[in-house]
Amino acid sequence: MTETQKILVLHVGLIALLFALNFILPAYHHGNLARVMVLATYAIGYNVMLGYTGLLSLGHAMFFAAGMYGMALSIRHLGFAPAPALLVGIASGAGLALVVGLLALRTAGVAFMIVTLMFAQTVYLTILLAGRWTRGDEGFVIQQHERVLWGIDLSDPSSRYLAALTLFAICLFATLNLIRRPLGRVFVAIRENEERARLLGYNVFRAKLFSVVISGTISAAAGASYGLLFGYAGATFATVQYSIFPLLWVLLGGTGTIIGPFLGALFMFYLIDLSSGVTNAYMLIAGVALVVLVMFAPQGIAGELRRRIWSWLP
Amino acid sequence: MDFGPYLMLATLEGAVLAAVLALMASGLSLVFGVMRVVNVAHGEFYMLGAVLAWWVTSMVGGGPAVAFVAALIVVPVIVGALAAAADMTVLKRLEYDPERTIVATIGLLYILQQVTLMTYGADARPVVPPFNTRLALPWLEWSDGGLHMFWPWGLSTTTYKLFVIVAGIVILSAVWAMMRHSRIGLLMRATQLDSEMAQAFGIPVERVYALVFGIGAGLAALAGVLIVPIQQAHYLMGGDALLLSFIVVIIGGLGSLAGTIVAALLIGLSDGIISVFFSPTLAKIIATLLVAFVLVFRPQGLFGTRDR
Repeated sequence: MTETQKILVLHVGLIALLFALNFILPAYHHGNLARVMVLATYAIGYNVMLGYTGLLSLGHAMFFAAGMYGMALSIRHLGFAPAPALLVGIASGAGLALVVGLLALRTAGVAFMIVTLMFAQTVYLTILLAGRWTRGDEGFVIQQHERVLWGIDLSDPSSRYLAALTLFAICLFATLNLIRRPLGRVFVAIRENEERARLLGYNVFRAKLFSVVISGTISAAAGASYGLLFGYAGATFATVQYSIFPLLWVLLGGTGTIIGPFLGALFMFYLIDLSSGVTNAYMLIAGVALVVLVMFAPQGIAGELRRRIWSWLP
Repeated sequence: MDFGPYLMLATLEGAVLAAVLALMASGLSLVFGVMRVVNVAHGEFYMLGAVLAWWVTSMVGGGPAVAFVAALIVVPVIVGALAAAADMTVLKRLEYDPERTIVATIGLLYILQQVTLMTYGADARPVVPPFNTRLALPWLEWSDGGLHMFWPWGLSTTTYKLFVIVAGIVILSAVWAMMRHSRIGLLMRATQLDSEMAQAFGIPVERVYALVFGIGAGLAALAGVLIVPIQQAHYLMGGDALLLSFIVVIIGGLGSLAGTIVAALLIGLSDGIISVFFSPTLAKIIATLLVAFVLVFRPQGLFGTRDR
């Protein structure tokens, strides 16, 4: 098998496996896995920036929240149908990413991290400030009859699972395609050595801006779908914690790998799920995981796989 | 109350906030200046200071004054030692790579916060101030052709709040004197200028780093001890404090102690006044946006000078 074939077999196999699980998983894990797939999509978006372009953002919750609120507010206050609402959500995430990218990319390294953190904090506070429409921390429920997309009731567990799988599969293959194209190659070149990429004549700023917009758009798509599939939008999804989560998932799964975000999200979701049965201080797990990962396994799960067995892993 | 006395009250409250903020932010700034790393767990050291102050004062008998003095001495030392230990076990192994250090300190943030939640609990608990006499403040008014002094209702402060302001000034002067005139300050400044050259001249850079990280955390803990008689100790109090000190440090210019103090005064004093005219949330939005734009358009801070 050539490398391209191996890559295809692995990723199509993963999607096929997830599709098969739809019919055999017990209800509890079935619901969990649907959630994990949407969150993994969020992490895939984050990975475009961190993993492939080498840009560490601490404010991705703003894109997730922009998607979620763009979708939910247009349903609640403008009476949109789910399909155009979803588009509004994705478009607001993309627009926000463009603005944030244009400003934040003027900085680099630590300053970039803090600027993204501050912009995300601004978005979070704005959601609280506009409590009349967003209902702030409390959030609001999207009614079941507002969640029927093209005749499919997304509150039904099985169609919800398949919708999550569709979203996940689209984003997985879109990023897989992206990194094999010239634009994706430029991202990697910037990650490896920004000066050299510039010296070779690439417009580094424009490539990084593309990376931010693509990343923000995928994150917004995940946020909008999350709101639509699980019927709730709340300011919690815009807090710092939701900016840290994708970082954690991507680090755990493996930065700069296509399946890494999914592995990381799955692993961390179940780790927190299990530990929350024991203690209410479940974020302790996240903290310990971050420290241990950054010290001993900066490559993550898929990174270790690539290093040891599958050297072709994209 | 008239506008004048009201402004004076807001200024006094703002000065208390400014003193606490200046202590905290100078710790953050010191760590960034010498080690070139951003310590995201800084707010949790502040929180630990407040929580441990509650713990020490409830353990030590002999009246609130004795207990408070004990906390003021013991707590920063404990927190500083803890931070130095974290530096030697975690940050040193990361070789102080800026981005990996931020991730590690985010992890440290959650570890400290959640361990506090597991042991201390989710309640907010007060500490009795060592002294707390209410002082009514006079105000001058021009009436009947002469200047009259009177005591407007509600215009008052407490001796403890004045003590916090004085303590802030004393501690910051001590830090400044240490950096300027002591041998250890000299070593720190040498390390800040060029750590490799410092190493070549036989300065134990790793120990200086651990010490700086400990002192930085100790300053945050001191701020926590000082604030806890005014504001109760709670395991989530680190978040807002971290954000505010980030704002102060960035506006003042990262790594510049004098700029940090000026910015702390500016933010502390304006916070109360802005919150009067706008909603507190809007005030926070303006402040965070200001920080983002300062970093984007004037990375050396409003008062800093450009690096060589």
